[in-house]
Amino acid sequence: MSGGLYAMDKKGGEQSLDLTKVKPYGDTLNDGKTQISFTLPVPCNDEAIEAAKQLMRKMGFENPQVVFYKELTPGFSFFVCYGSCTHTVDYTTISVPKVESTVMSMEETDEYISKNIGRKVVVIGASTGTDAHTVGIDAIMNMKGYAGHFGLERYEMFDTLNMGSQVLNEEFIAKAIELKADVLLVSQTVTQKDVHIKNLTELVEMLEAEGLRHKVILICGGPRISHELAKELGYDAGFSMNSYADDVASYIAEEMNKRLHG
Amino acid sequence: MQKSKLGLDFNRVAEAKRLAQNIADKVQQHVEGFTTVTVERTLCRLIGIDGIDADEIPLPNILVDELKEKGLLAQGVLFHLANAMLETGLDPQQITEQLVEGKIDFRKINIYPEEQREAILKPYIKEAIARVSANRKRREDYIATMGEGSKPYIYVIVATGNIYEDVVQAQAAARQGADIIAVIRTTGQSLLDYVPYGATTEGFGGTFATQENFRIMRTALNEVGEEVGRYIRLCNYCSGLCMPEIAAMGALEGLDVMLNDALYGILFRDINMQRTLIDQYFSRVINSFAGVIINTGEDNYLTTADAYEEARTVLASDLINEQLALLAGLPEEQMGLGHAFEMDPQLENGFLYELAQAQMTREIFPKATLKYMPPTKFMTGNIFKGQIQNALFNQISIWTGQGIQLLGMMTEAIHTPFMSDRFVAIENARYIFNNMKNIGDEVEFKEDGIIRIRAQEVLEEAIELLGRIEQEGLFSSLEKGIFGDVKRSKTGGKGLQGVVQKTPEYSNPFIGLMKGETTI
Repeated sequence: MSGGLYAMDKKGGEQSLDLTKVKPYGDTLNDGKTQISFTLPVPCNDEAIEAAKQLMRKMGFENPQVVFYKELTPGFSFFVCYGSCTHTVDYTTISVPKVESTVMSMEETDEYISKNIGRKVVVIGASTGTDAHTVGIDAIMNMKGYAGHFGLERYEMFDTLNMGSQVLNEEFIAKAIELKADVLLVSQTVTQKDVHIKNLTELVEMLEAEGLRHKVILICGGPRISHELAKELGYDAGFSMNSYADDVASYIAEEMNKRLHG
Repeated sequence: MQKSKLGLDFNRVAEAKRLAQNIADKVQQHVEGFTTVTVERTLCRLIGIDGIDADEIPLPNILVDELKEKGLLAQGVLFHLANAMLETGLDPQQITEQLVEGKIDFRKINIYPEEQREAILKPYIKEAIARVSANRKRREDYIATMGEGSKPYIYVIVATGNIYEDVVQAQAAARQGADIIAVIRTTGQSLLDYVPYGATTEGFGGTFATQENFRIMRTALNEVGEEVGRYIRLCNYCSGLCMPEIAAMGALEGLDVMLNDALYGILFRDINMQRTLIDQYFSRVINSFAGVIINTGEDNYLTTADAYEEARTVLASDLINEQLALLAGLPEEQMGLGHAFEMDPQLENGFLYELAQAQMTREIFPKATLKYMPPTKFMTGNIFKGQIQNALFNQISIWTGQGIQLLGMMTEAIHTPFMSDRFVAIENARYIFNNMKNIGDEVEFKEDGIIRIRAQEVLEEAIELLGRIEQEGLFSSLEKGIFGDVKRSKTGGKGLQGVVQKTPEYSNPFIGLMKGETTI
């Protein structure tokens, strides 16, 4: 089982880093070592272990090893496996769309807005549709913020409203009109059966129908949202994990300025 | 006299409880003058009205909406049903079916004397009470003959959205060592002012709480319980706009644990505070009688507010919830008062503060089946670190004797649990619960040390906060954002239009019967 643990045989082959052929790194360049765990809906026996190994080979792993297995319940087997990945990717040709802004501190953003926009920016946020999670929108908007990054409420130059969770798109748009919002922040946490895509798309369509889409900066965020996906759905920007209020605030300030002054 | 490991002054604890009692009493005075549409629908369900019409509208809704529209609801649904039964000779279900066909106008039905009304309802009320009692006895018999897991009960969720797939996951979890299976509700049910009907096979992030889903899962857990030789409890959610209805359905189908917290609905679902506190009272009376452990949602405060700074709000809310539950006749053993391991992992000595909080909660509610919630806010997607965060949480639980351990999943913040995630979490908990079993009996806390001082401070802060809420009243305090940094207005939120002031004819015999104040 653990025969490969201290194996002295060849680990990678090519010993220099070739960015056109990148593969996982265990402890030696190009060894391709990868850890993976999964469950198979079969009884836990020798055949199941062999099935796991064969599956690993089909996934492109050489020398697949099942280091742990366990019956979760009759008919279901759990595996922890290691293998050497045979696939590579060309890192040099990759380009990922990103939110293009320089991240500023809270004070810098406030100053930037008062200098370049000359008034407070109105931001409303909500976790829309049936989504009951407020963790994301709270982290960006609430006074306290998250992980030491103050939320937009604490900024002097933002007028904010956090509408909380389960806000209907209709309600959200009505509030945007009432408050003459410059910026709409939409948080989506639940992604089961792509419910977030439907909901985000509906908001864009409704804003377009109301003739509001081009009048606001429309931003979405959530753990499974990327800037690329956001753009695809018709949003101006998307923020994912490891984004904080300062990232969003800086983007808003700079985008507002761009729209005002070209 | 109870001895405190934290040097807590139990006279101060008594003072905290006195303040909380005053707060709860004022709420109760308000509650007793009113009924709501869901309270009335609950009465319909208890006396046997069930099913849906061609548009899938539940029959209890059709009946209660009709009475409300005609301005008749203030006398209560039982008043009108009893008169209609006396006039037509039909039973409650048949009367509702007649209404669906447009064959009954309640305004045209004669009013019969009170004794006759009581007499005609009696067999239906008796049957409901007998059915709930039988479910309670079934649980007690199972536990007496087969046994149950030791505390902390291991609580895991299933959330596939398909009740039949949930059954596979739930039975697997029970075999791995789970004691309580919570079937997560589909997103958004809390805001529906009706209870859907039938089995769910396509929910978002969970299944609907329906009587049929309850029945399917209860049967599956009885089956696996007998296989593993341990009673497996079933948990669902009687929260939102249909609190007492879901409590009644749970009581009729033998559920064991129910999330049941108006404060949670007010703060996190924006449900109108008057509506939900009225609903909560009847739902807790039912849960109490059915032997159901209620879980309160204080842990959620800490997802919006900071766990270290706002520890006192969790304690203050637990104290208020305890008093509100006592008013509904709920025994302390059935109180799964909530708290959580949610401090920032970066906090120096965070573990010590969590330990202080958990031990303090244990000592202040010595008989309660405390519900301890895992880290969620600071789970990052780094599953390896997440597993350790959950391990620290498990250590505190066994150390301080918590009642229900809602297991943390290392994949929290990524997806609803895989079957393997649950296995890893249960293995983690069982390892720690066994390996550290008696640590709480062995280790004492240093006098004037960090842990004792922290607990004493939090208690004093909670007393100060309760004093302010007592002055202000709970409704007005909620308007000022006292819990979880969330502000709610007394007349805002969802569901206020479903509140009706009772007339003198109004009667809900189940309250007295279930609280043991009357007999039939």
